[in-house]
Amino acid sequence: MKDQIEYLKKRVGQGRITRREFVGRLGALGVSAAMANVMMAQAVRAEGPKKGGHLKMGSVGGESTNSLDPAAAASQVPYYNLNLFGDTLVEVTPDGSLGNRLAEEVSSSPDAKTWMFKIRKGVEFHNGKTLTPEDVLRTMERHSNEDSKSGALGIMRGIESMKVEGDVFSVTLKTPNADLPYLMGDYHLQIQPDGGFDNPGAGIGTGPYILEADEPGVRHLWKRNPNYWDDSRGHVDSVEILVINDATARMAALQSGQVHLVNRVDPKVAALVDRAPGVRVESDSGPGHYVFIMHVDTEPFSKNDLRLALKYAIDREEMVDKVLRGYGSVGNDMPINAAYPLFDESIPQREQNLEKAAEHYRKSGHDGSPIILRVSDVAFPGAIEAAQLFQQSAEAAGIPLELKREPGDGYWSEVWNKQPFCASYWSGRPVQDQMYSTAYLSTADWNDTRWKREDFDKILLEARAELDPDKRKALYSKMGRMIRDEGGLICPMFNDFITGVSDEVRGWVNDPTGETMSGQWSSKLWLA
Amino acid sequence: MHPVVKLVVQRVALGLLLLLAASVLIFAGTMILPGDVAQSILGQSATPEALANLRAELGLNEPPVTRYFNWLFGVLQGDLGTALTNGQDIATSMGRRLSNTLFLAFWAAVVAVPLAIFLGLLSVLYRDRWPDKLISAVSLASISIPEFLIGYVLMYFVAVQLGWFSTVAMINDSMSVLEKLNAIALPVAVLTLVVLAHMMRMTRAAILNVMQSAYIETAELKGLSAFRVIFRHAFPNAIAPVVNVVMLNLAYLVVGVVVIEVVFVYPGMGQYLVDHVSKRDVPVVQACGLVFAAVYIGLNMVADIVAILANPRLRHPK
Repeated sequence: MKDQIEYLKKRVGQGRITRREFVGRLGALGVSAAMANVMMAQAVRAEGPKKGGHLKMGSVGGESTNSLDPAAAASQVPYYNLNLFGDTLVEVTPDGSLGNRLAEEVSSSPDAKTWMFKIRKGVEFHNGKTLTPEDVLRTMERHSNEDSKSGALGIMRGIESMKVEGDVFSVTLKTPNADLPYLMGDYHLQIQPDGGFDNPGAGIGTGPYILEADEPGVRHLWKRNPNYWDDSRGHVDSVEILVINDATARMAALQSGQVHLVNRVDPKVAALVDRAPGVRVESDSGPGHYVFIMHVDTEPFSKNDLRLALKYAIDREEMVDKVLRGYGSVGNDMPINAAYPLFDESIPQREQNLEKAAEHYRKSGHDGSPIILRVSDVAFPGAIEAAQLFQQSAEAAGIPLELKREPGDGYWSEVWNKQPFCASYWSGRPVQDQMYSTAYLSTADWNDTRWKREDFDKILLEARAELDPDKRKALYSKMGRMIRDEGGLICPMFNDFITGVSDEVRGWVNDPTGETMSGQWSSKLWLA
Repeated sequence: MHPVVKLVVQRVALGLLLLLAASVLIFAGTMILPGDVAQSILGQSATPEALANLRAELGLNEPPVTRYFNWLFGVLQGDLGTALTNGQDIATSMGRRLSNTLFLAFWAAVVAVPLAIFLGLLSVLYRDRWPDKLISAVSLASISIPEFLIGYVLMYFVAVQLGWFSTVAMINDSMSVLEKLNAIALPVAVLTLVVLAHMMRMTRAAILNVMQSAYIETAELKGLSAFRVIFRHAFPNAIAPVVNVVMLNLAYLVVGVVVIEVVFVYPGMGQYLVDHVSKRDVPVVQACGLVFAAVYIGLNMVADIVAILANPRLRHPK
């Protein structure tokens, strides 16, 4: 039997038989499907990547208004494009550790206040210019200077000064931060020649692919960079991203073989797509979460009893089943889950408890007037359904919840972060410190629950400067519990990213740190 | 001056005035929408600082009236400006989308218009018998079903199951004309089904109207064949209403096919406009609005002029 399995592994590794066949035949030999999938991944890796071919993806999240300026990237297609033409200094690897990219070596002063990045030598930009530490410095300046409109501006704020010495680029911070290298792996911070000051949207970087055709909102075509410095990435000859925003059209394109990959498969059809011939779905858990957020400084949400009543009333399991169809996990009213390093698994999971909900509701002394929850389709996929489920379970606890549907257009500017109670979405961040600093620090711009607590801020800064992982973990655990028990966040679920993949595609790695292999599908996958 | 020339000149002048009015309306409309371009670009990730920087850079701090006249001044000199969102030249990027839209509309019209008129003539010929009823039933059913649904149904059966044609009608410059035609086969089929009924029924009604006249009876009494009577004697007199409805449908094919563009991922004007409306990119919305209004006004003008030329009584007024 062992020989047979070895033989099948070799065949599937070479792409001679399909995954379905492989799993089926191993099933006949008494091997479970889950085990077979693991074996297949090993076999394919052992066989090694194959070079060549034209890899095509149908992606949501592209508009004719997109540019290639890394500072402006906010949706999937620009995000993928950045990963095609650019490199960051460091990256967060699938296991949550730090990987070096354009930085060869990362070190810090003992107090974690100054960080040094030794820049790789002999790397060339697509325009022929050689990468220098000055390019790195200029890039960081462009994302952090006074005129910056970069999406990374928020994370660059803690920087006091930056300088270049020899081949080392160093950053000095206002306050110590043990997580700074993770921040430097942000996808906006692609190193551009001269920081991209002269032409930010040129699409020129050091990355594995060179721009061939750029039609925003339609398609982006990339050719392999023959001078790429990293041989372990960039297997296919060319990559094409087709912008297919319509979910049904995306699935049809995958099934009819016009693309090899599609992102954001609707959970409602994921099981069907997985059963279709020649394709499968890959589901990756991650830090993204669907939330209902209350402003803790606004009546009636200023009473913690009312907040707890709502937290106890919501049925998390039901939402994961009905809204995510099982492609996700339950939340615990804090923005952190196991996808983060230093997550404390021992924090008890909050369950639905209608009696406790009713009791807290009574204690809050709410006058019984309807509590208005604002919701829209754009808040997250299935937001309306989730809100309706929430309304029903709240009603069972005697809490009058009223849904108000808001137009999707303008939701992020007029409702989110303005109205006291609404549905929303967080894509998560690579490390806990960044997630908390982005949305739960008193001074954060996106403090969408108005969580302003001096004691919390103090622990956050303390944890940031703490280099001992055990002590940090304890501090993060304390912060998580504070938000869970007193915060304005109702987090029913963490969503999985569901990708539709053709059987011709090899090299898939489940990566919890970001959507579609952290945006690096293009340089890590290959074709059978 | 010849009365027809005079009419054309009058209509063109009126059309230009209408375009100006349309541009004011569109500008006012985009001002009423919540949020501005800076907010839309930055989306959920907008920080107040980044917003202020972007607003200053895009010149959004000037009063709306000044911005409108700056834009109008540019357009009068033939400069449509650049998109606020990604800095691309509007004339170039819109030109590419417009030519795609016209390409799709052209081929849909090439299939749909002759087919509709032919089916209309056929219906008259077999009036109230089964071919007439079948044609009406099929074309009315197809106009009643939402177009995206026809699109999905065709996509599933023709492209996914049978493997003919492509579900993604994305065309680009590196494709040959045949490849392009293959790519747009399904959207052309859907658009044909959508516009067929309107033109076919109008052709049928207009010709039936003429068929009541005494001169048709005379033609029949002369012993002419039924098809010859309809095509040579009835059709020329029914041409005005038919041209009118054909032009309306052509205008629809150019300005109203955004749903089809989304379903078949066709890089046309509709999706381009919708993207920029949701980002509040006023100069692009204005430019698209102008083009759409011009198409509507132009095609209606053609319909009116053809109606006049086709009618000797209007051609030679006393």
